[in-house]
Amino acid sequence: MSVWLVQMFNSLSVSSILLLIALGLAITFGLMNVINMAHGELIMIGAYTAYVMQNLFADYLPASWFGAYFAVAIPAAFCVSFLVGLALEAGLIRFLYGRPLDSLLATWGVGMVLQQLARTIFGAPNVGVKSPEWLNGGLSLGGSVLPYKRLFIIGLVIVTLIAMYLYIYRSAAGRRMRAVMQNRQMAACLGISTRRVDAMTFAIGSGIAGVAGCALSLIGPIGPSLGTYYIVDAFMVVVLGGVGKLLGTVAGALGMGVFNTYFEFWTNASLGKVLVFACIVAFLQWKPQGLVAMRTRSLD
Amino acid sequence: MLLKNATVRRKIVITLAYAAVVALLACAPMFLSDFRLNLLGKFLAYGVVALGLDLIWGYTGILSLGHGIFFGIGAYCMAMYLKLEATGAGRLPDFMQWSGVTSLPWFWEPFRFFGVALLLSVLLPMLLALLLGFFTFRNRIRGVYFTILTQALVLIVVTLMIGQQAYTGGTNGITGFRHVLGFSLASPSVKNGLYYISAAALVGSFLLCRRLVRGPFGKVLQAVRDGQNRLRFLGYDPAKYQMFVFTVSAGLAGLAGVLFVLQVGIISPSMMDIVPSIEMVLWVAIGGRGSLIGAAAGALLINASKSGLSETYPDFWTFLLGGLFIVVVVFLPKGLFGLLARLGARMKGGLGDAMAGGRGRAVVGEDHR
Amino acid sequence: MPWPAEEVVLSLEKITVEFDGFRAVNGMDLSLRKNEVHFLIGPNGAGKTTMLDVMCGKARPASGRILFRDRIDLSKKKEHQIAQLGIGRKFQAPSIFSELTVEENLALSLQKKKGVFSVLFARRKEEDARAIERMLSTIGLGEVSGRRAGGLSHGQKQWLEIGMLLIQEPAVVLLDEPVAGMTDAETEKTGELLRRISVDRCVLVVEHDMEFVRQFAGKVTIMHEGKLLMEGTMDEVQADARVAEVYLGKRRDADVVGAPA
Repeated sequence: MSVWLVQMFNSLSVSSILLLIALGLAITFGLMNVINMAHGELIMIGAYTAYVMQNLFADYLPASWFGAYFAVAIPAAFCVSFLVGLALEAGLIRFLYGRPLDSLLATWGVGMVLQQLARTIFGAPNVGVKSPEWLNGGLSLGGSVLPYKRLFIIGLVIVTLIAMYLYIYRSAAGRRMRAVMQNRQMAACLGISTRRVDAMTFAIGSGIAGVAGCALSLIGPIGPSLGTYYIVDAFMVVVLGGVGKLLGTVAGALGMGVFNTYFEFWTNASLGKVLVFACIVAFLQWKPQGLVAMRTRSLD
Repeated sequence: MLLKNATVRRKIVITLAYAAVVALLACAPMFLSDFRLNLLGKFLAYGVVALGLDLIWGYTGILSLGHGIFFGIGAYCMAMYLKLEATGAGRLPDFMQWSGVTSLPWFWEPFRFFGVALLLSVLLPMLLALLLGFFTFRNRIRGVYFTILTQALVLIVVTLMIGQQAYTGGTNGITGFRHVLGFSLASPSVKNGLYYISAAALVGSFLLCRRLVRGPFGKVLQAVRDGQNRLRFLGYDPAKYQMFVFTVSAGLAGLAGVLFVLQVGIISPSMMDIVPSIEMVLWVAIGGRGSLIGAAAGALLINASKSGLSETYPDFWTFLLGGLFIVVVVFLPKGLFGLLARLGARMKGGLGDAMAGGRGRAVVGEDHR
Repeated sequence: MPWPAEEVVLSLEKITVEFDGFRAVNGMDLSLRKNEVHFLIGPNGAGKTTMLDVMCGKARPASGRILFRDRIDLSKKKEHQIAQLGIGRKFQAPSIFSELTVEENLALSLQKKKGVFSVLFARRKEEDARAIERMLSTIGLGEVSGRRAGGLSHGQKQWLEIGMLLIQEPAVVLLDEPVAGMTDAETEKTGELLRRISVDRCVLVVEHDMEFVRQFAGKVTIMHEGKLLMEGTMDEVQADARVAEVYLGKRRDADVVGAPA
């Protein structure tokens, strides 16, 4: 199989991971305008949930059941991160609506605390999650092998995306959510409990971060600072794609994944990152509205 | 008359306070051990970064999570000079030999000279800041979007530094210095001298920043912070002001990097990474944004407590710092210094009430000055 | 030509503005003359505020020309450049710098050269202080000059913003609903202010308060659905059947504007 096809698959794989990480942000940042720097730690929590699930299955269930742990880990990771997100919203975020820069800093503090908590509980060194048997190996295609893990993550992203789309655009709860994000006062007048919608929205964004963490545990070891490096890329995806649009986030992730893979292929990992950053800044010269489109007719 | 008295008295108190701080800094070498003095010198360098950050964040409303990079570039520039000095003429720095580099890369050449290295360690960060500012502020990319871009800048510069190990020393950074301008870095008197230079740099940076935030220029900065769109329609171009202060701020961070590397003797990517960069913001947040004294004091205070507490209770320290960050941002937007000022004003108000009415009026009158 | 041949300061020709495919202004002409208080009125959504946006650079026209003093094309200039040429705009919601004092707000506007280094090395001059003093008494805020602008009443904020405009001695003053939310007394005072400031410059006011328009207008231009409906004195406008129809919401007449549906 040609090098180009392998590259294509790789970029699709990188994009899918970026997208999975950015989807949760697309909700909390894109819809609620809250800069949640602890998003990386919610991912970390999801990853450790997978780790805990693995250990539980290995310790208490027959060995033949072990392969099923990952199927349980995904919903479990969603639930744990969802609950942490719910607590975070109730305890902190709700004081910070309309203060995006402050939300950024305060949630960074939360991230510090959560990281240290993970260090205290699980220890500072990275831990490995043993992937279930059915995800090892790969699909042979014209002489090259597409790893099942990568394929699985691509599938997981597509499922998550569809679920999010159905929730946001096709369900009553999603309609309430969009109503509150677009016009808070009006929605409140129509009898929508904006407090509950805020909490739910933030918690769902957090839950998706948990799912992303679960997926990350498949492709490498996990540690307390797992989220720190993914978070920057994830924010770039949301910024690049245009804030507040699900489709934009998908496009942003695909764009960044493709460019990242090809630049790294042509140059090397570190120069590739520089080029991607340069491309993003260049793109913003051409379309800064991608960033500020929401406020065309108002002053400040 | 009363009003004048109060103003004069206030000025005297402030002048005395400044004099006391300067005297304290000057006398510190007399009663601190060499080790402690070296630490204090490092904190003073951090104080310079904090002043620059406060200039852009507290006064102009630009939050940069990328100051570690400007600090790091300044430090690396000086480190390159020190490394070449320690290696000796005609030989290659150790890490280059290990990586199989055979001749000194061209961009290392200028750093043979102290003057050039010093100049570049301030100018390069300024240039990078100007470039980033030019491509963002002009297009009205600001607020959180700008902040996220500065953080991305950190990520790529650090990745680049680590990736180009043969030229930058990689993860280990650059260390193993001996002399600066022929003086041994290990000698106590040189260390003393570096301490005094750091103290002078902090005072100088303070005066520079104060010059910028006071008077008409400071008012424009405040207007940029509070309503830059409105400011456009008064005929000002906010982008130019943002670029200017961001560049100045980066230069200060570069200067701080120089002072840091001279006193600490090492610079590595982990000292300019995402976490140290955001910690710099934290000093300002906790000390008091929008107050230069508060920002510098915050840098000193946090770092002093960090070196005290994190040695004995490293876990506890991180919890404390994270918690403090949350509490300060949510409840004390003007930091500890703002809290002190508020308490001070309340006490002063209380006193004024207790005293004769005339003095109370003088306090009120002062506000209308 | 019923109007005295005063000099045209700002002329807009065939201006069209689009927002995401929606035409907010559709081929509108307007010219502003010196020494004139010119009112721009029309029903909601007629494109009045958008016209102001075009003049001060906040919105870019898709087509059309904006000429200042017959030779400077404004459509390519940035907001701050337009402001420096002498076109001042007051926004509908009072937009002042609430953390600065009243006096500082005025000083900020007064500053002649607004580049970074000019301001950095600017010196406070005696004549500046006098100019600020004079403006404070013109807008009646002398008593509160040292107070934080954010603490002023709504009317005072509006006057401060007008003061910030005037102290720059602009050739064109654009005001968006300056008396909205004002008490009767405040409205009266604002009207007097308008009359005084129209000497040697042109003033364009967007207003909904018809009583106010009747009292202070020189010329009135009516916009409807992004187009010019008519222009004339207040008496002429009031006598016009088309205007009444637009305001009373009757069925559109074919000969009014012929706007595409």
